[in-house]
Amino acid sequence: MSNRIPLPYSPKVLELFKNPKNLGKINDANAQATAGSLACGDMITIYLKIIDEKIVKASFESYGCAANIAAASIMTEMVKGKNLKEAWEISWRQISDALGGLPAVKYHCGVLAVGALRRAIRSYFKDKIKPSWLPEELTLDEKHALEEEKLIEVLSKKIEKIQ
Amino acid sequence: MKAYKRKGYGNPAITHKVGWESYEVLYKATEKLSKILNSSMNELTYTHNATEANNLAILGVAKANKTNRRKIIVSSIEHLSVIFAAEELQKHGYKVVKVPVDKEGFVNKDFLRKEVDNETFLVSIAPINHEIGVIQDIEEINDLIKDKNSEILFHIDASDAFGRIKLNLNKVDLASFSSHKIYGPKGAGALYIKEGVKIEPIIYGQLTAQKLWPSLENIPAIAGFAKAAELITSIDMNKISYLRDKLIEGVLSEVDQALLNGPKGFKRAPDNVNISFLHVEGEAVTVELSMRGVYVSSGSACTSRILQPSHVLLAIGRKYEEAHGSILMKVTPFHNENDIEYAVNQISEGVKRLRLISPVKGG
Repeated sequence: MSNRIPLPYSPKVLELFKNPKNLGKINDANAQATAGSLACGDMITIYLKIIDEKIVKASFESYGCAANIAAASIMTEMVKGKNLKEAWEISWRQISDALGGLPAVKYHCGVLAVGALRRAIRSYFKDKIKPSWLPEELTLDEKHALEEEKLIEVLSKKIEKIQ
Repeated sequence: MKAYKRKGYGNPAITHKVGWESYEVLYKATEKLSKILNSSMNELTYTHNATEANNLAILGVAKANKTNRRKIIVSSIEHLSVIFAAEELQKHGYKVVKVPVDKEGFVNKDFLRKEVDNETFLVSIAPINHEIGVIQDIEEINDLIKDKNSEILFHIDASDAFGRIKLNLNKVDLASFSSHKIYGPKGAGALYIKEGVKIEPIIYGQLTAQKLWPSLENIPAIAGFAKAAELITSIDMNKISYLRDKLIEGVLSEVDQALLNGPKGFKRAPDNVNISFLHVEGEAVTVELSMRGVYVSSGSACTSRILQPSHVLLAIGRKYEEAHGSILMKVTPFHNENDIEYAVNQISEGVKRLRLISPVKGG
């Protein structure tokens, strides 16, 4: 398998992959969102329980590689107890740092986690008055998450060339 | 092999004692290999692996091509070193045609028959596919090609086939081999070039013991390669295919929503198992199983540096998510029934755990 590679994962990534924190649905979640797709091979669903614009519970489900699972798990740890503005400001780089560093080829897992989180926060404000800190336009990380979903189109074109 | 690290240290092209010793090691290895392959000694050229051998085969014969024929036909599931080498020639006026395969991976012979024409220069199809283990009927394919035009060259990447099935090199013009695929050391490969086939070198340097691949031969690895070739002929492949079937049946009965990639039975390489697990991602499965002491690889995009799923699995009609959930396993002579039982249990538990994490639940 010529183009297959082993990845150097940090102990933190492996630990969270083995024993993910905050796994599964929250039944009384009042915000949730999914980023990625099955075809991409990368998908994160995040559930939030929000009271007074503060995240009191966060959980996730993940279809993806070890880095994807670890990124989603640590993100739910990072947002717990934060107000929505603070949670919104979490970057993929912070997620990567909290994991002890992701391999470059896995940065998109952090991006996807942030994409899912911001999507969930936007969904919370869907029928509410939007706070001033919430941008109308998609942020760079959200755009990247969208690109990740569109990656499949790029891939299928590349694959067509190989076939 | 350890002995040859000392004995084979010299440059076999240099006329001093250690050089002669190396030359002798190289000579004996070649004698052994050519006997096993039923070829003559000067029909073998050593490379360092099958990728180099495939590149030499395809680019080398194209370089020596004095005809006007500029079509190269490969199967759509060939190793990427074959596909990419052939595609490189597109820059030099060649046309590359990829023969489609059916859902088990067998090449479409009607398509091949139509495509082999007056323009065709070279056909390259592996007897055993490196990912899904499908066995192609090489002799029939050779007859099909040569019936159209006996001048058309036929290359096989035999790295996965060597030792697993009977290979008749009379029926091909060029064949690539790899030492590590027969449990030999890494760093040795070979290209069989039938006498009379016109080929030119594609790398240049001071000529060593062999003229087509001018770089210092990896003598200890070549000695190990020849020894491994000798040993693999004594391995009972029926025992390996028995364990293979036990592994396939065990996994398919223990894990639901699992699909076997490639055919079942005697048209499958005796050592190859490739299974897609739905709703989980293959890279996560490889990490999970690694923690459980079972080492497997995956055709998922996530295990690839270029984030592309396996072209072989897509060619047999697997959907992206099915390719992402694929696991490739090899049964070796070093495995026994207990290992297979252990692997089945760990795979079953590992996939179950990952499915609990997944937001996608099977019906």
